[in-house]
Amino acid sequence: MSNTDFVLAIEDLTVSFDGFKAVDNLIMYIEKNELRVVIGPNGAGKTTVLDLICGKTKSTSGSIKFKNQELTELAEHEIVRAGVGRKFQNPSIYENLTVYQNLEVSYPVGRNVWGSLTFKRTAEVEERVRQVAREILLEDFLDMESALLSHGQKQWLEIGMLLMQEPELLMLDEPVAGMSAKERDQTAELLNRICKNRSVIVIEHDMEFVKKIAHKVTVLHQGKILAEGSMDKVQHDEKVIEVYLGH
Amino acid sequence: MNSLTNKLLGGKEGIYALGLLAAIIFIAFPLTLDLFRLGLVGKYITYAFVAIGLVLLWGNGGILSLGQGMFFGLGGYAMAMFLKLEASDPISTKIQTTPGIPDFMDWNQLTALPWFWEPFHSFTFTLIAIVAVPAIVAYIIGVAMFKRRVGGVYFSIITQAITLILSILIIGQQGYTGGVNGMTDLKTLLGWDIRTDSAKYILYYVNGILLFGCIFVSRYIMTSKFGMLLLAMRDKEDRVRFSGYDVSSFKIFIYCVAAVISAIGGAMFTLQVGFMSPSFVGIVPSIEMVIFAAVGGRMSLIGAVYGTLLVNFGKTMFSESYPDLWLFLMGGLFIAVVMFFPNGLAGEYNKIKKKIPFLRKIAGIDSVEKAGDASATEKAATEVVEVKVDETATDGKSGLESKGATT
Repeated sequence: MSNTDFVLAIEDLTVSFDGFKAVDNLIMYIEKNELRVVIGPNGAGKTTVLDLICGKTKSTSGSIKFKNQELTELAEHEIVRAGVGRKFQNPSIYENLTVYQNLEVSYPVGRNVWGSLTFKRTAEVEERVRQVAREILLEDFLDMESALLSHGQKQWLEIGMLLMQEPELLMLDEPVAGMSAKERDQTAELLNRICKNRSVIVIEHDMEFVKKIAHKVTVLHQGKILAEGSMDKVQHDEKVIEVYLGH
Repeated sequence: MNSLTNKLLGGKEGIYALGLLAAIIFIAFPLTLDLFRLGLVGKYITYAFVAIGLVLLWGNGGILSLGQGMFFGLGGYAMAMFLKLEASDPISTKIQTTPGIPDFMDWNQLTALPWFWEPFHSFTFTLIAIVAVPAIVAYIIGVAMFKRRVGGVYFSIITQAITLILSILIIGQQGYTGGVNGMTDLKTLLGWDIRTDSAKYILYYVNGILLFGCIFVSRYIMTSKFGMLLLAMRDKEDRVRFSGYDVSSFKIFIYCVAAVISAIGGAMFTLQVGFMSPSFVGIVPSIEMVIFAAVGGRMSLIGAVYGTLLVNFGKTMFSESYPDLWLFLMGGLFIAVVMFFPNGLAGEYNKIKKKIPFLRKIAGIDSVEKAGDASATEKAATEVVEVKVDETATDGKSGLESKGATT
């Protein structure tokens, strides 16, 4: 398989902060329609990898190719426009806007100054907002100020805001943190639904949750890959048990 | 088109609010005040332009510029240069060493008009300059700041420094600018004497109409997707950036718009007051203008106009009797607003209107409970709940991993 067949190809990626290598010669490939879960102990560099892919942190060396396009040279908003969406660790939504407005703002039309001044709420936009709201179980809350949503609902809303953009690669940083057991199940179902026509990278700690969603698991440790493969394989890996699962 | 009109007027409540403001500015003041006081009101209204610009920039965009006096001054000086040239025709300046140039140039031993003054012979050029010069200056500052992601306090301090530089430059370059005295003895606009009573009335009304024009433009921006993005950026800039928007271009644009609106106010100031001086450019006036917007309510265009009028009435009345104490009172007022009424007069109005049936009816409450009105306590309460959830619901390992740990 050549590089071009992967949605995302990370090769020899290194980032060093004052000599400390948070990510060290990382090699990782994500296939189309794959749902990959990245796990690892604190400080393993999981969030940093997402930061590097979405352009929040600049790499020291190495390459990140998305559909064969080099991402390390692009600005953050260009990476998003190329088709990469990223959800942050803490729910990052616009608390002073309604749920509807949160989704509408994320609709990928009118993305420059002029476009946003002349943007009109067409039937198409309305339809898309409702469709996504249905998907993330927030259809009944469209007019609510989003600050008033529960923590779990805020997580869903942020996922919804990403879905509005129909990204080909979706990256979620701890999507079920702070959720109740029922909400976790619903989120697992949601993720299994939305990974049908896109690739998804999830960072998560909750092993029960990981089992429900992962196609393949990557274990990071000190900026390097410790193990990679099916959940079953990873769980029985000696090294993984030692540094991470065993505790 | 119908929905556009509705948007600009701000619905039923907006029509009442605009109507009331129009009635006060266009009818009540001219009928009840003598020409001297009306002139003062006209002057205050020119400050309201700056306050409106700050509502867009600071209230909605979260970008606090402490240097809007700079743009007020640029607009005012552009207009003053045109008027000064018109007042300095060779006949009325024949006693000068070099007739035909502004008097202050003659006093400073200049013998020819500087090159950058030449185009200001043209009224068309002047009108373009009033809009274009502040826009270009704001664009350059905006690109330099926002592309590098300078924000918050740093941005405020830099704008203040630039304003200070401009006022020092104006004072220092006496021969080119009139120095600390500014440009005085402005007489006619295209041959029309701006010092007569009728001219003062006409200029007052032109000023008012322009103010409403700026309110409508601002409201269009605030109700568009651009306005929603401004609020979004104020709240979570990174989320906007990682939703595919080039945040800096939005900030640059709104900074330019606020600059142009301020400059229009400055130009109208020169016309009505008959002079322009560096005392309207520096740090103190810039901060005063922020206070006007804060008192009126930094989220509300109309509130900012009332805030400007009220603070200035207070200033005039109070400083007529206790000129030395005014600055202290002003400082106290600002602290009080920040501590007790963070949303200013408009915020207080929004609280009161829920209790008065007549106002409830106009406002069509129950459907209007929106962003700006949400009380601070309400927000604080939800935040506390959030934190608790965060702590309790995450299991051991995930709870430990914080942002700092991985980056």
